[in-house]
Amino acid sequence: MSDVAEDRQLSGKEQPRLNPLFMFRWEESQNAHVLLYPEGVVKLNGSASTIIGRCDGVKSIDQIAAELKAEFVTDDADIESGVRQFMEVAHAKGWLVV
Amino acid sequence: MPKDGSSFSLDGQGKPLWLALELTYRCPLKCVWCNNPLDFETYTKHELSTEEWKKVLRESRELGSLQLGFTGGEPMMRDDLEELVGYANELGFYTNLITSGIGLSEQRLLKLKEAGLKQIQLSVQSSRGALTDELVGAKAHEIKIEVAHMIKRHGFPMVLNVPVFKQNVELVEEILALAEEIGVDYLEFANIQYYNWALLNREELLPSLEQLQAAEAAVQRARVRLGKKMTIYFVIPDYFEDRPKACMNGWGAIHLTIAPDGMALPCQESRVIKGLEFVSVRDKPLKWIWEESPLFRKYRGEEWMKEPCRTCPEKEKDFGGCRCQAFLLTGDASNTDPCCSKSPHHHVIEEALKQKDAPFRVQRPLVKRMPGVASVQFME
Ligand SMILES: C[S@@+](CC[C@H](N)C(=O)[O-])C[C@H]1O[C@@H](n2cnc3c(N)ncnc32)[C@H](O)[C@@H]1O
Ligand code: SF4
Ligand code: SF4
Repeated sequence: MSDVAEDRQLSGKEQPRLNPLFMFRWEESQNAHVLLYPEGVVKLNGSASTIIGRCDGVKSIDQIAAELKAEFVTDDADIESGVRQFMEVAHAKGWLVV
Repeated sequence: MPKDGSSFSLDGQGKPLWLALELTYRCPLKCVWCNNPLDFETYTKHELSTEEWKKVLRESRELGSLQLGFTGGEPMMRDDLEELVGYANELGFYTNLITSGIGLSEQRLLKLKEAGLKQIQLSVQSSRGALTDELVGAKAHEIKIEVAHMIKRHGFPMVLNVPVFKQNVELVEEILALAEEIGVDYLEFANIQYYNWALLNREELLPSLEQLQAAEAAVQRARVRLGKKMTIYFVIPDYFEDRPKACMNGWGAIHLTIAPDGMALPCQESRVIKGLEFVSVRDKPLKWIWEESPLFRKYRGEEWMKEPCRTCPEKEKDFGGCRCQAFLLTGDASNTDPCCSKSPHHHVIEEALKQKDAPFRVQRPLVKRMPGVASVQFME
């Protein structure tokens, strides 16, 4: 199995949202957020679910990064690159669409 | 359903993440590769009731099941399908309907959507009506294609399941085009697994390696052309590989199937293995069956393995292959799957492949899945 993902860099202006084929929710038995979709289940770690939960197709990647920075009261410049990197991976995997 | 294409990013942690309910073995079609039991008609009078299925759903959800497939037979044959989908949805399952499309009217589709159905897997066999109709033993092709368009119209994610065999392997290109036209999200070329009706018809169904390679190349071209528009799964059948498939991700690891009569199975084929003690959800709590029953423990993990698997570095990758295939082709389910080239029984696979091309081979008719066609009385 190998699906050909259109891997590419995303700009901070892009507005990602959850792939409409996917379902994102809290799952008690895993004590985590999960993504459910045809043929698959993915368990998300805390930061992944915090980011995915904000991808509403309206907010841009830059906005989401700024929000997280404010919320977690950190000056960590890594947050921005971290968010961007995660979005690119999630986009390549087809979890997010822009 | 043994599916190499599925991706599991969750390790099971001992939970039956994937639940398949075989609601009934009744079906209006007569597919010659059907993996339902040869005596499928004897199950009808023992089918679980609506309330019994609901109990299964509750119990399995408590064990941590997340993905749910309603299958069969033809699940549309059950009038309570909508009710069960609704109930499962409330419990938090991601609900899939696995159907031939026969009996799926627009009215029922709307009710299923209302009930919270998330996804539909439709089986389609070819791009040519006359061929499909011959292979499934009914005028079904046109209905299937109409149903496919209808499913997309109502916005469901759709998996198109195409079982692959000699009679359709050269149509892969056409089938890809058909799937693209319908707007399928996931296209799964399921190289058929040789159990039950498929095993009975094996000699007439096995494609050649060249045909499979050409099909795979067509798939690869389509992947490049279509990119993310459609995800395409294509797995060369294990008969043609040196290694077995990681069947069910291991016995009793993440998959649980409930047969129409309530028997809990590690996989839907496992009843072909003689001498196992199957337990019905009518008689015991599902939790006990999954965690404690001798059946589910029998081939769980690695303890049961014999050589060459026991000391093989690849055992964590394929778990020694498929227990059902080991039983059917070597007589002992704890043997290495004969598809593995390290198996001392590997010659049975090589012989099956040779046999189908043997000169002067007697060609046989395909046997359609119908009640009473095959007597299993004398099978030990
Ligand atoms: C047994 S059917 C039941 C659902 C429905 N009647 C149908 O055919 O779609 C479930 C799935 O298994 C596939 N299937 C049937 N026989 C098979 C076999 N021998 N090997 C692999 N897949 C098989 C079908 O194409 C279908 O997608
Ligand atoms: S594979 Fe064919 S015969 Fe078997 S249950 Fe599905 S539609 Fe019916
Ligand atoms: S010997 Fe057993 S574990 Fe090793 S590759 Fe073959 S089937 Fe897998």
